[in-house]
Amino acid sequence: MSSIAQKKGFGATLWDYLTTVDHKKIAILYLVTGGFFFIVGGIEAMLIRIQLAKPDNDFVSAGLYNEIITMHGTTMIFLAAMPLIFAFMNAVVPLQIGARDVAFPFLNSLGFWMFFFGGIFLNLSWFLGGAPDAGWTSYASLSLASPGHGIDFYALGLQISGGGTLIAGINFLVTIINMRAPGMTYMRMPLFTWSTFVASALILFAFPPLTVGLFLMIFDRMFDANFFDHTMGGNTVIWEHLFWIFGHPEVYILILPMFGVFSEIFATFSRKRLFGYSAMVFATVLIGFLGFMVWAHHMFTTGLGATANAIFAVATMAIAVPTGVKIFNWLLTMWGGSIKFTTAMLYAVAFIPMFVIGGVTGVMQASAPLDYQLHDSYFIVAHFHYVIVGGTVLGLLAGLHFYWPLMFNTMLDETLGKITFWLFLIGFNLTFFIQHFLGLLGMPRRVFTYGADQGWDLFNLISSFGAIFMAVAVTILLINIVKTIAQNKAVGRDPWGDGRTLEWAIPQPVPFYNFKQTPLVRGLDTFWIEKQEGNKEGMTYAEPVGDIHMPHNSFIPFVMAFGLFVGAFGALYNGEQAWAVPVLILGLLITFLSMGTRSLKDDLGYHIHKEDLMDKKGGKH
Amino acid sequence: MDLNTKYTPQSWPQHAENSTLEGKNKFVGFWLFLGGETTLFASLFATYLALKNKGPEGMEFTTQELYQLPLVFIMTMLLLTSSLTSVYAMYHMKNYNFKAMQAWLMITVLLGAAFLGFEIYEFNHYVHEGFNYSQSAFSSSFFTLVGTHGLHVLIGLGWFILLMLRNSKRGLNLYNAPKYYIASLYWHFIDVVWVFIFTVVYLMGVAG
Amino acid sequence: MAHDVQNQMRTKTEFEYTRRRSADEMRGQVTTFAIMIFLTLIAFTAVYADFSPNLVVPIILLLAVIQVIMQLYYFMHMSHKGHENAKFFLFSGAFVAFLTVLTFVTIIWW
Ligand code: HEM
Ligand SMILES: [Cu+2]
Repeated sequence: MSSIAQKKGFGATLWDYLTTVDHKKIAILYLVTGGFFFIVGGIEAMLIRIQLAKPDNDFVSAGLYNEIITMHGTTMIFLAAMPLIFAFMNAVVPLQIGARDVAFPFLNSLGFWMFFFGGIFLNLSWFLGGAPDAGWTSYASLSLASPGHGIDFYALGLQISGGGTLIAGINFLVTIINMRAPGMTYMRMPLFTWSTFVASALILFAFPPLTVGLFLMIFDRMFDANFFDHTMGGNTVIWEHLFWIFGHPEVYILILPMFGVFSEIFATFSRKRLFGYSAMVFATVLIGFLGFMVWAHHMFTTGLGATANAIFAVATMAIAVPTGVKIFNWLLTMWGGSIKFTTAMLYAVAFIPMFVIGGVTGVMQASAPLDYQLHDSYFIVAHFHYVIVGGTVLGLLAGLHFYWPLMFNTMLDETLGKITFWLFLIGFNLTFFIQHFLGLLGMPRRVFTYGADQGWDLFNLISSFGAIFMAVAVTILLINIVKTIAQNKAVGRDPWGDGRTLEWAIPQPVPFYNFKQTPLVRGLDTFWIEKQEGNKEGMTYAEPVGDIHMPHNSFIPFVMAFGLFVGAFGALYNGEQAWAVPVLILGLLITFLSMGTRSLKDDLGYHIHKEDLMDKKGGKH
Repeated sequence: MDLNTKYTPQSWPQHAENSTLEGKNKFVGFWLFLGGETTLFASLFATYLALKNKGPEGMEFTTQELYQLPLVFIMTMLLLTSSLTSVYAMYHMKNYNFKAMQAWLMITVLLGAAFLGFEIYEFNHYVHEGFNYSQSAFSSSFFTLVGTHGLHVLIGLGWFILLMLRNSKRGLNLYNAPKYYIASLYWHFIDVVWVFIFTVVYLMGVAG
Repeated sequence: MAHDVQNQMRTKTEFEYTRRRSADEMRGQVTTFAIMIFLTLIAFTAVYADFSPNLVVPIILLLAVIQVIMQLYYFMHMSHKGHENAKFFLFSGAFVAFLTVLTFVTIIWW
């Protein structure tokens, strides 16, 4: 990766990453782990499409199929999309606001390791008696009846990684509130920072209900509670509500940061200021706010009653308004700009029609009476893939190309990038557009096969065929990454030539303390302003060179998260294995003792002295 | 930050809890965390409200006959008072009076521990009557809501004790002042939750 | 970024003034406490008095809200300046909390 890493031995590098509290390295950890899970989820997707390619297929059994779709959804959302988003947030936000680090470097690392161990725990289910099989939504009526430990892996694994997510959310909020450089007012923050801010706020309020829901599930399954068991007075609708109170904000957590990335890309490659900046900010905040008032649109058919359905239908449709504002602002940003079609820009341009398709089907589903027809059919599958793949995944791929030079000081190959783009776009539409019609023809979602006489063969075959394109596209992307790393050709500062915001003004490779002097932000698109004025350094400084305070690396976050991982096995086998309770206690003990160590040992950090800064040019460690 | 700086009450910053960047971050971050805790407890309250008095066919337990208000009243007084004593502690922190701060925190801890004792007694009593965790949806939701609050009390106590022990020898500085401050915020928040518990669970349970 | 605070020694008068002011504030806190106890007493009495639940429930809920606001604004100093973020996020949380509870007492079937 970076030249620094190669000069150190493997062991030293590994230790460095295990203990790092540097947001730039944590970003790389998120990127690698999230990328890994993206591949795992992708393989699961291919298995699904193979199974459905022809009628009455027996490539996988019905039970295994349920496990695969459950793990596909859960992995993609919690272990691939979210961490990849965190990768970009970590890599970009502190630099974008002119900060030396995030507010809580230690917690930043803890958040990552909790996500990491939660993800590993969840996936170990494959080898320990079977994966969860009640869908990524894990409705209680199904999941309570699920034999084996799959659901337990789901609940405990998500609990651990969800804790990590909550920590990350608070960390970004505080970072943005407290660590902005002088002059970086709220209304000068780049849109990626803004959308990170709103998404983090959604995390803050949406994850605790999920935590509660998962705990109720854990208690019901492992500790004999009765929240969802109706014979004991329980009620399964409670799970649905808790899940969707979390779940709908979650889909906005997935898309808002990508709106931010696209906003940056549109402005950069149209070489124009983002059109309607304040309207964009307002729309982002409004979407975040409305996102909390619509969750029951996932439950129209549950039987909430006509009044409730009507309220939630109208609230849901209202979200289309701020979303539309954004779409038009992006179009108007491009309007009259001198557009450069880099790979990142291609993704951004393609994103607009894709996301509009997903938004339109969303509004269709928001109409409660129509949703009685569409619900749980392939139409829903088509909808959320158009928003999640057409929005989030395209955003992630765009961000990968766009921010790669910032993170690694090298550039992904543009030709290969464009090949990936076209293959992916074609494959994506082949796979999912036709699923709208499968849904309208009555094909239910989450079925492991269908009959040859049902008239769904051809469309399913086309859908599976499209999936091949996406698989090839991702493979080429991987080749591209390997090639870029092998070539290791440094590109230096502002590689796109059109960078507008602070992160592009920093010398490459980025020094581990980020800014030698804290910059003074003089307006929206501050780097652009400096370049216009012919400032070679790209920044105006707010302070003279002085000592810089840095946090120490720490291995404690790793151990704390590991303790939870161990404890989860105890909870899982509670009442079944004699060693369960001791292991549960042992795990919690590891966590609490390491927490105690952390609070008893003062960690005041250290200072890089002014003299050392003066004769340092780049980011040598 | 320099731990060896000696302060006098006069040179001690007025807002020691957030006069360093670390302090500011802790301060804001902790308030945000409390915002998240609000939705956590709301989910538990909501679940309790949905499930109260719900159980298997012919269940004999209801809120009316289960809850004993005198006990709840005593617990409420204990926790409310402990909230005031922690205000006293922070008052003395502001005045750079370390000893007084530790003493008031000590009282806070004792009051909190007494509260917890009563809670354990109460739970124990219910279990003996047959109202155990697995008895019904009602019992599960009751113990989970009130127990989560109790767990918070326990964590708060542990937090205070650790802080007091850790710093007993070295006194106040700008590194630990924010820690004391947010621990006391946590303690107040526990009281906030309890106000809703005694109102929504116990009083509304008895009132019908 | 200045991680270390400049320690400004306050002047004697300034120091005494702030001392006095915080002593005043502490007295205010005790009053707050007395009111909170009083509100609690009313709530318990209202239940003991056995009025109709339709009357008692709204009253005790209102008392709880007042008490919590006092706890937040005085004990937790939310009335002081520098608490804009605290207020924003706490009340946003309270809003989501309210929606959640409202849902669970209305639309979970029974
Ligand atoms: C204009 C905006 C949107 C509207 C009006 C909308 C509306 C809806 C509705 C009504 C449903 C429920 C359909 C049913 O199950 O019967 C739904 C499902 C879904 N939506 Fe959206 N949506 C919008 C945007 C998004 C976005 C941005 C995402 C993610 C990035 C998303 C992800 C999902 C997912 C994952 C599901 C399916 C959940 C499941 O049952 O597994 N939606 N949407
Ligand atoms: Cu939704």
